[in-house]
Amino acid sequence: MTYSFPEEVLEHVFSFLTSQNDRNAASLVCRTWYEMERWCRKRIFVGNCYAVNPRVLIRRFPEVKAVELKGKPHFADFNLVPEGWGGFVYPWIVEFARVYPWLEEIRLKRMVVTDECLEIVSKAFRNFKVLILSSCEGFSTDGLAAVAANCRNLRVLDLRECEVEELSGHWLSHFPDSFTSLESLNIACLSLEVSFSALERLVSRSPNLKTLRLNRTVPLEKISKLLQRAPQLADFGTGAYSAEIRPDVYSSLQEAFSGCKKLKSLSGFWDVVPAYLPAVFPVCSQLTYLNLSYATTQSPDLIKVISQCHNLQRLVVLDYIEDMGLDTVAVTCKDLRELVVFPSDPFVADANVLLTEEGLVSVSQGCSKLQSVLYFCRQMSNSALISISKNRPNLTCFRLCILEPRAPDYLTFEPLDVGFGSIVENCKELTRLSMSGLLTDRVFEYIGKHAKKLDMLSVAFAGDSDLGLHHVLSGCESLRKLEIRDCPFGDKALLANASKLLTMRSLWMSSCFVSFGACKLLGQKMPGLNVEVIDERENLNLLPENAPVEKVYIYRTVSGQRLDMPDFVRIMGKDKNGVYNLL
Amino acid sequence: MVRSSIVTLYITSQSFPYTHSHYQLLSITIIPTKMSSEASTITSEPPTTAVVSIGSLSTNDTELTLGLPGGNSRKSGAKRTFSVTTDLKLGGTDRSSLECSVVRRSPSSKEQVVGWPPVRSYRKNMAKSGCKYVKVAVDGAPYLRKVDLELYSGYQQLLSSFEDMFSCFAINNVMEEMKLMDPVNGTEYVPTYEDKDGDLMLVGDVPWKMFVESCKRIRLMKNSEAGSSGMYKSQLT
Repeated sequence: MTYSFPEEVLEHVFSFLTSQNDRNAASLVCRTWYEMERWCRKRIFVGNCYAVNPRVLIRRFPEVKAVELKGKPHFADFNLVPEGWGGFVYPWIVEFARVYPWLEEIRLKRMVVTDECLEIVSKAFRNFKVLILSSCEGFSTDGLAAVAANCRNLRVLDLRECEVEELSGHWLSHFPDSFTSLESLNIACLSLEVSFSALERLVSRSPNLKTLRLNRTVPLEKISKLLQRAPQLADFGTGAYSAEIRPDVYSSLQEAFSGCKKLKSLSGFWDVVPAYLPAVFPVCSQLTYLNLSYATTQSPDLIKVISQCHNLQRLVVLDYIEDMGLDTVAVTCKDLRELVVFPSDPFVADANVLLTEEGLVSVSQGCSKLQSVLYFCRQMSNSALISISKNRPNLTCFRLCILEPRAPDYLTFEPLDVGFGSIVENCKELTRLSMSGLLTDRVFEYIGKHAKKLDMLSVAFAGDSDLGLHHVLSGCESLRKLEIRDCPFGDKALLANASKLLTMRSLWMSSCFVSFGACKLLGQKMPGLNVEVIDERENLNLLPENAPVEKVYIYRTVSGQRLDMPDFVRIMGKDKNGVYNLL
Repeated sequence: MVRSSIVTLYITSQSFPYTHSHYQLLSITIIPTKMSSEASTITSEPPTTAVVSIGSLSTNDTELTLGLPGGNSRKSGAKRTFSVTTDLKLGGTDRSSLECSVVRRSPSSKEQVVGWPPVRSYRKNMAKSGCKYVKVAVDGAPYLRKVDLELYSGYQQLLSSFEDMFSCFAINNVMEEMKLMDPVNGTEYVPTYEDKDGDLMLVGDVPWKMFVESCKRIRLMKNSEAGSSGMYKSQLT
């Protein structure tokens, strides 16, 4: 005798499953659960837009309210993916417009978004609420104007580090006077001035506004006016933080900040004039997030601010903070979870900045809740790495970039294998790791042996042989994303671990020793993978089979060949009509 | 900062034509290393592991070319210091000859390596992030404005911003002369600027970058005044 819950009960139970992984697991239990789940899944996350296609998605999930898509591989952020590679969101938008008229949220990362896409979004979805574009490109301020003019119920417009073709600053004025639902606006990446009066009126009529991140052009003298109109703000990003030094400007600024009792996040600070920094003192103790990574001011000024931020959880700064400033962080910010230190002058060998490994060791000692690190520096030692790993076994994300490729331990001149080995051995919950410096195959042996929870690994200028790659692919059970550049890894390790690639989202290898022949073989043997060779050289067909490719991007997919490839992208080992439909 | 030090040299059973980088070999120490059993799945050769591991010389220069291994990717001027062919015994295990070519590093800026260090392009010039604020005066207007010339990429963008700032204007490009017009009363305004030498110049004559460098303040001059001050005489060349 079989029994099952009535549909309404199942649906109610599933409504408590928020994580996509949990929903995926539930849908595998039986046919009934699969059917039930797919009808009530409202939020979709697609980590690689080419792993699946719009039609497959729509066929399975008919009632979607929120979609998140990611396009280009991570190394596109550093110009390693040629222009035109792909990640076009247009085909997705067209299908969504056709089938999901009640779509409310779209989140895109590293995708190409055109003005036409934005126009469709603005008109096709009556209840559209959230648009978050992260590291996207391909659209202009005209597209933004369409969104402003037509999305009556918009709550969130968040442009994170996008490349926007800026034709004018007028687009902001397209929000109609009747539009009052705005909760979050982030235009920090735009360089053109928007009409301040339009901005001020928008802020005034948005009682639910919680996040406002301005761009550099909004002058400091005007910030007070905005803050007075929106004292409920929780997240604020200033414009250029500079003005002629005038007491009246200073006092109204300080008063305005004092009025923001709910402010927890502060960013912006371009072109900082240090004399104005104390204006933020009234809110420092409230802050959980502080981004001073555009503040080109010296350590003492930064310290004056940070030394008051007792509740800080996330700090983003330039290396101007120096070791001394990080000592202050270690003493003051006892609740710190994430530290990011960017280089002020990445291309100079000696930037005259006193930031070394000591600063990071200090923070790792003082901040017991530290989980996530992104640190650019010019020297590192094994002993420092070992200390860090012993101080902070609770690290989940450790990204270290020593600016000089293949830089050894500056004290012993040895490779940094043992140091990073200590990180993966002691930090058992580590999910993300980026390495740099002089590294041999040995470090990969350590990683394969210990990094069992590692989800994403980034490697550059490291290793000695295929063995390095083999250690990682065969040992790292949880690995889903692997990106490698300029390492002597070739065909053997790749082919020997072909099946591992089906358990991963993607593998990127550029300037390595992977040959055309191996790519072809892999593509032929593994129908579930797209093996994309990205190579801009001419006359590729004249190169021998064992010649290395410039770049290869391998990812699992149920959608078969891409149909939108430029001529420098080839999917290897599939025939012309190699479309695999596995559903 | 020169690091002269002992660099350990491990021997590989494959040849190692790693010409992806140019380094100076400082010295050689030979250390036998243990192999894990996993190696046997990769190569049929007996377990010998070794890798050429070369330290960096100084932090001042890096030249990393992305050429094909074995290919002649060396730039002219870079010299080969020496080529090492050795036949080494490692505790009785098999060995094969090693050929490693080491090339002297030629000084060059880091920028030659694409995408390194991994910072987004807008973060690359933080230290040099300038802002060039200049005052903009409009004849007849009671107060001045300020613009940051670093924000614009050309004259057209600058004029557009004037359109936005002084909302009464419309750009009126007539015969490649840049002018702004107040459509209400038909008055034309000519954008002029004061340069480093204190001279009154017409906006648009010099390349954009040169203009940003030399501009001290901008004045949108009423056309009638421009004529009388002899502005256009300078153009008749």
